[in-house]
Amino acid sequence: MERIYARTETLQQDKVSGFCPGCMHGTVIKLIGEVMEELEIVDKTVSVEGVGCCGLLMDYTDYDTTTAPHGRACAVATGLKRANPETIVYTYQGDGDLAAIGLGETMSAANRGENFTVIFVNNGIYGMTGGQLAPTTLVGMKAATAPKGRDPKEHGYPMHMCEILGQLKAPVYLERCSCNTPQNVIKTKKAIKKAFRNQIDGKGFSMVEIVTSCPTNWGMDPLGALDFLEEKMLVEFPLGVYRDRTKEV
Amino acid sequence: MARVLMKGCEAIAEAAVRAGCRFFAGYPITPQNEIPEYLSRRLPEVGGIFVQGESEIASINMVYGAGQTGTRSLTSSSSTGVSLYSEGVSFCASARIPIVYVNVARGGPGIGAIQPSQQDYLQAAKASGNGGFQMLVFAPSTVQEAADMTYRAFDCADRDRNPVLILADGVIGTIMEPVELPPMKSEEEVAANKKSKRSWACVGHKLGREHRSWIEPGSFDTTNLQQRNEEAAKMYETWTPEWEAYQVDDAEVVLTGYGISARIAKAVVDELRLEGKKAGLIRPITVNPFPYEAYEHIDYSCCKGILDVEMAIPALMIHDVKAGVKERASIDTCLCSGGNIMRKKAVMDAAGKILER
Repeated sequence: MERIYARTETLQQDKVSGFCPGCMHGTVIKLIGEVMEELEIVDKTVSVEGVGCCGLLMDYTDYDTTTAPHGRACAVATGLKRANPETIVYTYQGDGDLAAIGLGETMSAANRGENFTVIFVNNGIYGMTGGQLAPTTLVGMKAATAPKGRDPKEHGYPMHMCEILGQLKAPVYLERCSCNTPQNVIKTKKAIKKAFRNQIDGKGFSMVEIVTSCPTNWGMDPLGALDFLEEKMLVEFPLGVYRDRTKEV
Repeated sequence: MARVLMKGCEAIAEAAVRAGCRFFAGYPITPQNEIPEYLSRRLPEVGGIFVQGESEIASINMVYGAGQTGTRSLTSSSSTGVSLYSEGVSFCASARIPIVYVNVARGGPGIGAIQPSQQDYLQAAKASGNGGFQMLVFAPSTVQEAADMTYRAFDCADRDRNPVLILADGVIGTIMEPVELPPMKSEEEVAANKKSKRSWACVGHKLGREHRSWIEPGSFDTTNLQQRNEEAAKMYETWTPEWEAYQVDDAEVVLTGYGISARIAKAVVDELRLEGKKAGLIRPITVNPFPYEAYEHIDYSCCKGILDVEMAIPALMIHDVKAGVKERASIDTCLCSGGNIMRKKAVMDAAGKILER
């Protein structure tokens, strides 16, 4: 019988997911692993995990992985990639890591056109620390540090990283995806593959933003969180390609 | 090898290249700009990488990343900029990534002054970041020493898989002196050094626990983390403190200081000796580990007092000097701060007062 699907070998085979029910991190790290296998880059890839739930990446990967200080993944990746250009480097960062404490490193690496791949998991909240206000928290959405909900007068508005990085000239590829439906999971995988392919071809900075749910810190059950993601998150963060210069460079 | 006339910062930069450093990231701050400026020209000549980071925080993390590939990596800054290195250096220590960094110290606290100072002693020697890690800290008092220490620092960093700090100051960084540069490591030696770190370098390996490289500056497993801290503590114990003892044996006054203060104090010792006055100097070369033992070589039966000479107010190294002297002699101070350079006359006067006792 032909085997048409198997668990990616890039993840530790004896590990069971410890992510919360309804969390999409497991899906995303599976997709990354599948892409690595399909592109045959498993033995030369390094992941740079951010801090927060993204920092749990190392619990599952069976390939080279390093840990950046909170927010500094793009700076660490710059050092790794520049000092050893043959390595395929990707960062794995959440919204607090990439868009709040690490905004400067993210913007500057994108502006330099660093030749690595950024996987940005945006769930609109700080996960691991327990649901505090994130730069991507929706207006009105409650958080542990915004008990009355995000108030633009006090907290400003959600930040749109694909659109912000889209103001820079250097980035090659910026796409926002989600993993809320099987169809969107397939699209996300295609985007991740393109972002890695760009790096292999030496084309420069690529980022895939993946809008995900955090049922635990949103205070919802997994299915309710999926509805919220579709009805609210994807309205604030529209899916689509925000930059694609892949054919030009 | 012929001696060349070089600024301290440039000698540090060239010595790093000769030691096999092939990656530098840094952010502009006075008085150390000649290090990044020099390396932005020099590193590409030897196939090295220079990056101007968007901040000190980004720069130390780029060096943390580059160090993980096994590439000898350097950053430099000054005082308030070095404060921003704290987290990154602590990560290097915890994850066991060898890097070298330089503090060309200036006046403080805060943004302070661009002029030379020694006010970062405690930060450099005791706690350069959170978590109680330790580093070898070399304190040059001449441009020659700055070059030699930088060259050697890369070997120490690789041997220990730990960060090493060169604690210079604005005088050493900007003064021009003749210097004999250390030999240039060949490209084969540089490549072999990098290759020797291949097993732990985060550059891609085969899948699986027995192959993969994991750089883990932390752990959810507290037993594991305690074990790692215990191993680090054992490594710190292998370090040997270094110092210079100058005319100490029969000294009635012993001056003590590091870096540029020690150099000025040494000139005072020479002048006092010419006058027939018995003065000596103890100069810590490593300020961590601190050479407490050096103060055992003082003849306390004839020593009228110790003079602690520092470009810091309040005195900072004095706590270590006290621990070395163990109340066997009184300790006076000769201090300046905030970017003022130690005056030889002030040291002469202070030493003279002790001799009059």
